[in-house]
Amino acid sequence: MTTTEQNIDDILVPILEQVSDPEIPVLSIMDMGVVRSAVIENNTVKVQITPTYSGCPAMDVIGDDIKAALKHAGYDSEVELILHPAWTTDWITPRGRKALEDYGIAAPLGPEADKDVLLHGKRFVKCTNCGSQNTRLVSQFGSTACKAQFQCDDCQEPFDYFKCLK
Amino acid sequence: MKQNLYNYILGIADNSLILGQRMGELCGHGPSLETDIACTNISLDLFGQVRSYFQYASKLAGDGRTEDDIAMLRQEREYVNVLLVEQPNTDFAYTIARHFLFDVYHLLFLTELEKSKDLTLSAIAKKCIKEVRYHERFTSDWMKRLGDGTAESKAKIQEAINDLWTYTDELFHQTKADKAMVAEGIGVDVTKLKDAYYEKVNEVLTEATLETPESKYFQKGGKKGIHTEHMGYLLAELQYMQRAYPNMEW
Repeated sequence: MTTTEQNIDDILVPILEQVSDPEIPVLSIMDMGVVRSAVIENNTVKVQITPTYSGCPAMDVIGDDIKAALKHAGYDSEVELILHPAWTTDWITPRGRKALEDYGIAAPLGPEADKDVLLHGKRFVKCTNCGSQNTRLVSQFGSTACKAQFQCDDCQEPFDYFKCLK
Repeated sequence: MKQNLYNYILGIADNSLILGQRMGELCGHGPSLETDIACTNISLDLFGQVRSYFQYASKLAGDGRTEDDIAMLRQEREYVNVLLVEQPNTDFAYTIARHFLFDVYHLLFLTELEKSKDLTLSAIAKKCIKEVRYHERFTSDWMKRLGDGTAESKAKIQEAINDLWTYTDELFHQTKADKAMVAEGIGVDVTKLKDAYYEKVNEVLTEATLETPESKYFQKGGKKGIHTEHMGYLLAELQYMQRAYPNMEW
């Protein structure tokens, strides 16, 4: 491996931040915690990404988008899919959580609260429309593998909740 | 090639492939929009997991066979899934009962597979277990809703459990490859999961106000490639695209 004098974070992070999750376009793959490492070796960028869910159909698109973004910046690249360590919702950054909420998807609660909500019908998830906690689970599975469906009993708005994965 | 390891992986992956196919059949046919989406989500999770296993198997085979070839182009006798997962979606009660009976096993199995000496299998297990936990919650929840629901839903879910019970014992049978992998610290000794399995199943059935079947008559054969009459139809649908348009990719 060749080491460079430059801090590659300054070079690669801004490029990778331009790549977003195709299913949640407001969220960059960096804020999503999908990128596990990126190094430059002989002008080729090697990026390791990990799937949120095994069957996540977005992974192939994300890989292609990373390559395109790096190509645009003048780098050849190799993208490797790794499974270990397995992705967890803890890797979504605070900025990512805010982006989710602003987009209308409630950010994941902690594992215990998540269980209470999904199994015991507790009302902990805040409505992304009006902020009320008077919300109920409609279905444990939502429009994508990572989300559950909720509805607010105050404003009646349906919304997605990003399930806690630990 | 490490033949035993290869066969061992197929034994794990085929269960998820065939069950994923069964759940996928409900796409657009679920009893309600939410359950339809749930079943297809679960199917997608299983297919995702299957890809990880078959990619590994393809690497081990090293003869140019891709993950698609392994998944789509074997003959019926070469699939080694348990009989339970190929049983049809007779009605929603059967769909839930079949999946529940598999989920309880799947969680116990993956918890052990996490400790495998084979780092790839251990990594896949760690990934899968998080997803399967959600599946198990979903199906256990529906077992209780149907069992403790109306007289009709109770009768239907009890019938499904009674019918499918005969396929549960096979989950704990071992093939030659299984035994070899257990001896090497790679595979899971499924015989040791049996007590915990029936205990957990019994717990949920009791909570669902259902009877635990007492039958001791069990069917087997899937792990040796001898399947029930439903398998051919399932494979016809699964393999149609790949046979009609060779080399299509996932």
